[in-house]
Amino acid sequence: MPGNGKLRLAVWKFASCDGCQLSLLNCEQELLALLEHVEIAYFLEASRATSRGPYDLSLVEGSITTPHDAERIHAIRRDSKLLVTIGACATAGGIQALRNFRDVKAFTSIVYPNPDYIRSLRRSTPIRDHVEVDFELRGCPIDKGQLLEVVGALLAGRRPGIPTYSVCHECKRAANLCVMVAHGTPCLGPVTNAGCGAICPAFTRGCYGCFGPAEKTNTASLTNWLRDNGENRKTLVRSFRSFNADAEAFRKESEALEQAGKRHG
Amino acid sequence: MGAIVKKPRVLDAAALGELFEALKAAGHTLIGPVPRDGAIQYQPIDGVADLPAGWSDFQDKGRYRLNETGEASLFDYASAPQSWKRYLHPPRLKLFSARREKGRIRFDDEAEPIPKYAFIGVRACDLNAIAIQDRVFIGNGQIDPHYAARRERAFLVAVNCSRAGGTCFCTSMGTGPRAETGYDIALTELIDDRGHRFLLETGSDAGESIAAGLDAAAAAPEDIDAAAAISERVAGNMGRSLDTEGLPEILAKNLSHPHWDAVAERCLACSNCTMVCPSCFCTSVEDTTSLEDGTAERWRDWDSCFSGRFSYVVGGQVRDSTRSRYRQWLTHKLSYWHEQFGSSGCVGCGRCITWCPVGIDITEEAAAIRATDEA
Repeated sequence: MPGNGKLRLAVWKFASCDGCQLSLLNCEQELLALLEHVEIAYFLEASRATSRGPYDLSLVEGSITTPHDAERIHAIRRDSKLLVTIGACATAGGIQALRNFRDVKAFTSIVYPNPDYIRSLRRSTPIRDHVEVDFELRGCPIDKGQLLEVVGALLAGRRPGIPTYSVCHECKRAANLCVMVAHGTPCLGPVTNAGCGAICPAFTRGCYGCFGPAEKTNTASLTNWLRDNGENRKTLVRSFRSFNADAEAFRKESEALEQAGKRHG
Repeated sequence: MGAIVKKPRVLDAAALGELFEALKAAGHTLIGPVPRDGAIQYQPIDGVADLPAGWSDFQDKGRYRLNETGEASLFDYASAPQSWKRYLHPPRLKLFSARREKGRIRFDDEAEPIPKYAFIGVRACDLNAIAIQDRVFIGNGQIDPHYAARRERAFLVAVNCSRAGGTCFCTSMGTGPRAETGYDIALTELIDDRGHRFLLETGSDAGESIAAGLDAAAAAPEDIDAAAAISERVAGNMGRSLDTEGLPEILAKNLSHPHWDAVAERCLACSNCTMVCPSCFCTSVEDTTSLEDGTAERWRDWDSCFSGRFSYVVGGQVRDSTRSRYRQWLTHKLSYWHEQFGSSGCVGCGRCITWCPVGIDITEEAAAIRATDEA
């Protein structure tokens, strides 16, 4: 830590929508208290004043989608004592990882008048595929409470209390009624990591899987049940292919569903 | 509690509100069945108007639906989605807080306000589940002060089931459908040509003292017979059954049975079964720290043998596979709970069957092990 005893924080952006870094600015109530302990050394979303590394903590948002970014992340890693990735893009490749299931060149040729200028990698990949990551915070976007918990735990020298169990766990604690059992609404909660506070089921909607796969998942069993209850295979493929499409458990399930679809027509 | 034998009374349905008012006057917060979001759930209630008049439920594995019956009955439903557990053993509880002051750590010993509940509509299965948690939290040598304080203040109004749910099997477990003990007041809802009324029995001094203040006459033999007939009919209508004969031993010697793999293929390890189980009691403890004022807090949260961190010790997870987690849950519940707490850990409420998102049925799984008992 620098002379002022504060933790030097840097926030970095890769391929992403900025929503996760905005979660830090959204900590309106807590921001002043946070700044008692933290010096914002590099955070373009908050200030154009930047200072050089090394940084005690780097929060990295976004996925790696270009050759330039694949280089840049190494420099950030070298300059950071701790590197924490934030959000579905940084931890699973994000919504842009939908390209991983198709030929990205086919997209660029349709979208851009001069696709030759586009230098894009074939796949969108999470940060941990490129450098060592000390901690991952899931979500699209991340939960600001979880972000403060990680920073607070780091300052206090304790392990962050970030759950790895399913959204169902949160629903039951909050006494949300199960939308699958009571309403027949398809829900990814049983295979999705907790952390959002089960927001969607609390408003009687199925979970969209924003926080990616839980520590233990059985996506095949969930889809079998939903298929038996009349859910369409294509809809299920789409439900696994959203913000965490390329997270391993979700990718495998959507691919298995697609394969089964081809076999059965 | 069960030793007090008083003559049953009969309480007119129109006078049920008097019972609620008497409990409120005694300082109790009423928790009772309320139709909400598509299920009959135990929630704070104000009076009779909140009760699910004319509502019932349909339950099967992985399926719950609310039905409108249009009948006058107030208690014509099976198990609620969650049990009374969340009131006696809250899902999240602050154990203490501490702050750093002038280089020293000070513990705040603010007295925790203990709610004084009256539960309205406790079923026989749940009375047995409360008795199990009493043994876990109070009767096992170590007293959990948080549970004990809530439990001591709670007043239990049992209502005998007038209908068996599709996933119910209390008859198999010897835990119902008629409330035998553990209640302060037990009601049986009677609707026939003699009117809409409740047979009222008392099971404790507290129950007798409340009942004595009600406008409830001595029950006629016809009322007592009608109540007994309802319990007998319900006992014969269970949606499920479980053969418990020798089951603890059969499960204990089949820990390597291939059927555990078959269950693991379906089990989501999502922990719903343990959360809705009225006897499951496991928790984890976590510390939080405040950025603002150096306050630290210690919290206790419901946890589950299906979560990875629950069996995490130095060096890794004791139960890494879903197979081992499901087996742990089922064998604890139906087998070695007996050794540990002197009864089965299952009361046949059927919640784990109804609320499993993929409809895994504990009675089917136990029966499958029994049917192919090779050891």
